[in-house]
Amino acid sequence: MTQVKVTYGALAIKAVMIMIAAALLFAPFLFQDVRALEVAARICIFIVLVASYDLLIGYTGIVSFAHTMFFGFGSYGAAIALKKMGPGLDAVAVGTLAGVLISLVIATVIGLVSLRVKAIFFAMITLAAASVVLVLASQLSQLTGGEDGITYRAPEVFKTANKLMVDENGKVVRWFGVKLNGKLAGYYFVFFTSLTLFLIMLRVTVSPLGTVLKAIRENEARAEAIGYRVVAYRTFVFCLSAVAASLAGSIYAVWLKYTGPDTALSFAIMIDILLMVVIGGMGTMWGAVIGAVLMVMAQYYLRDLMGAASEATAGIPLLPELLAPDRWLLWLGIIFILLVYFFPRGIAGTLMTKGQRD
Amino acid sequence: MNKLTDTLGRFGGVNLLPVALAAIAFVLIGAPSSWVTLTIAGLSMGMMVFLMASGLSLVFGLMDVMNFGHSAFISFGAFVAASVLAALGGWLDSDSILLACAALALALIAAIAFGLAAGLFFETVIIRPVYRDHLRQILITMGALIVSEQIILAVWGGTPVTVPRPSFLDGAWIIGDVSIEKYRIFAFGIGAVVFAGLLALLNRTRVGLLIRAGVENREMVESLGFKINRLFIGVFMLGSALAALGGAMWAGYETLITPALGGEMMIVVFIVVIIGGLGSIEGTLLGAIIVGLTANYIGYLAPKLALASNMLLMMAILMWRPSGLRPAVK
Amino acid sequence: MTLLSVKDMKANIDQYAVLHGISFDVPEGGVFVLLGRNGAGKTTTLRAIMGLWQPSAGSVTFQGQVIAGMGTADIARKGIAYVPENMGIFGGLTVEENLILATAKGKFDKQRLQRIYDLFPAIEKFWTKQAWSLSGGQKQMLAVARAIIEPRALILVDEPTKGLAPSIVAAMGEAFREIAQTTTILLVEQNFNFARSLGRDMAVIDDGRVVHSGSMVDFAADKALQGQLLGLSA
Repeated sequence: MTQVKVTYGALAIKAVMIMIAAALLFAPFLFQDVRALEVAARICIFIVLVASYDLLIGYTGIVSFAHTMFFGFGSYGAAIALKKMGPGLDAVAVGTLAGVLISLVIATVIGLVSLRVKAIFFAMITLAAASVVLVLASQLSQLTGGEDGITYRAPEVFKTANKLMVDENGKVVRWFGVKLNGKLAGYYFVFFTSLTLFLIMLRVTVSPLGTVLKAIRENEARAEAIGYRVVAYRTFVFCLSAVAASLAGSIYAVWLKYTGPDTALSFAIMIDILLMVVIGGMGTMWGAVIGAVLMVMAQYYLRDLMGAASEATAGIPLLPELLAPDRWLLWLGIIFILLVYFFPRGIAGTLMTKGQRD
Repeated sequence: MNKLTDTLGRFGGVNLLPVALAAIAFVLIGAPSSWVTLTIAGLSMGMMVFLMASGLSLVFGLMDVMNFGHSAFISFGAFVAASVLAALGGWLDSDSILLACAALALALIAAIAFGLAAGLFFETVIIRPVYRDHLRQILITMGALIVSEQIILAVWGGTPVTVPRPSFLDGAWIIGDVSIEKYRIFAFGIGAVVFAGLLALLNRTRVGLLIRAGVENREMVESLGFKINRLFIGVFMLGSALAALGGAMWAGYETLITPALGGEMMIVVFIVVIIGGLGSIEGTLLGAIIVGLTANYIGYLAPKLALASNMLLMMAILMWRPSGLRPAVK
Repeated sequence: MTLLSVKDMKANIDQYAVLHGISFDVPEGGVFVLLGRNGAGKTTTLRAIMGLWQPSAGSVTFQGQVIAGMGTADIARKGIAYVPENMGIFGGLTVEENLILATAKGKFDKQRLQRIYDLFPAIEKFWTKQAWSLSGGQKQMLAVARAIIEPRALILVDEPTKGLAPSIVAAMGEAFREIAQTTTILLVEQNFNFARSLGRDMAVIDDGRVVHSGSMVDFAADKALQGQLLGLSA
């Protein structure tokens, strides 16, 4: 192992991390519109989701296409519980727990059956499993609401009408112009749970477990020869990341007050996660943060830009088609391929080594 | 027990699985006429899936390359064929069977030609730089799949496209109380011809010998003085063309196609190659037939479980034989 | 006349240097033996000559032509055949198919085939059998037969006696002696007795370097040197 030197790049990343953390922490105060808060919450959730995926792909070298499936288990768990039991924290707890348990069981089964075979098989099997669950979710419409999804009410505390603090007139207190209401509580619920999950995962990567995982990724045969039970470790990490994804799903379900295939299960989310982890940089938790921030922002704001471009090129054949906001995945796909070719380490990985000399 | 396995082995071993499946289904379904219809539907679906899967399996066997973008060839094949058929609508509608046949043949040939060209492009531009790196292979081919799907969306739009088919393939033959769709027999026939052709290519020609040898030991084939990369480009193009042909056949079968077609079939294709064992044509056919039959039987018996049943089947077979039913010798 | 010349060849596997600079010359004719302990770098040397492993430095010259950096197929077409340690036969192919694949034109030269039948009668006997069903010795014979089915200038043979019964080792020795009359053999061998009975010239590789080279007769006579280089007890 080479000694980790502090490079300009690494310093830059640290600075960016602090800025992102601060921006997210003060988001309700910095960006006082509804859409911006949606973006901030989505970023928090996706940081957890992408970081947990990075545990798999970056730290362990396992490619899974079932990550949204676990995210969906968590989302649907919380959503169904909130729908059936009524809005309450008990429902959130029950739903979250159910999601985690299902994720854990499925991850263990998939892991034990297929992690002993080649990485490629694993990718194929998880892809198949995820599609089956997606189909099931749309078919079991009594439970899942089918294609329409489920709309439900959030627990009392997180309702916009809920006043956290009232002044003498019984009106909600404002700090810096921001109402201290349930919406704010909801955002901080998302922020702090996400932060906690992220820090736990960060801790895992620097623990002895993280070292073993890296050893397995670098040379599976050697790790096996040294005596590590590779399948057991891989299954464990697969379960760990599944649980993290499931928890992220539950949090998101509570925040959105809606759960459907598009927000929780669709393959588009899996593609988003892949793009985020590759753009940010595999094998660095910081990469997950950078990737999630960039991609979520792009999703919300780049589409507007493409829409404008499409209209501007209306006269030219095919070009408006390619520039339509719906086609933005096309461009991301191309960027994705180029990144994997030329910067397989992503933004964080490339930056980290900038300014470093061997 | 050993004696039993020996006897089973003599009569075809794992090749008996589809027969066993059909027998069990016969009992469960009860009605012989439905059973015949479903079995023919299953076999014909199996053959079409075989077309789509064979290339993927061979490519993996030969170069250890897994192309997650394989389904793009299936989709493109379907849409190219649909466009050609739509453009030749006049021929299809005319009374002349000859003209209708020509239109159909042209559509299939166009799909194959597109598959060949796309395969060449894919192999040299997308796959070549990441031959030995599985992680990047999966990511890059997945990226290529995203781009391909978007291109299909941009060119053909998101709305379902109707696929006209020649009138002589429409409708069904009625024998007793059994109805047999003509198109299914046609699809089965095409699949069977391609399978026979592939077997002949692999077992009767020098190129086939090289492919079989290459699947087993790439380095040794190189050491005997053959450039495996050229062979690989050829196999990759062939596989892409077959996938496009499979997609075209499937388009005619479904008669209404959406850009999601490739992705949906890809799952089935993956299950097929995993069940059958990667790298062998016979294994792929076996897996395709099993999956085709299961999909149709379960689709009749418990419609909601159709896709999940194939998934469970795959898990069960993987636990029994981790490298599939009939993998290539490694 | 030097047939193959390896100069200061270095190679890494992952980040580990395996060859630190290998140099030796294989003269035309006879058997040249590479000796050395397990893990000394003998197999990597053969693989690097064959182009199956890219050396990081150094040169390989064959018949006066630089072949380092060429593709394996091109190197093979220059007239070098390779019999790897695992024999590299195609188990799913028949004996006949294994051999016909190695011919340049896809058909057999009657005389050369007869020569192979004479050298290895088992080949004729199991002609239509799938190669995986052969015994270890028969597989090894098939691997060697495949290397000489076309005229070659040099064949690289990696530990052909490994795991074989003594009687088969003896037969293999006979075959190599016969082959060596027309084709140069570069033999990697652990079995010193076998190597001594065949070798004309030799080199010892240790820890990725050539630590000794010379004639086999001299080396066979120097028990102390053998003990030091190969760890053989006198």
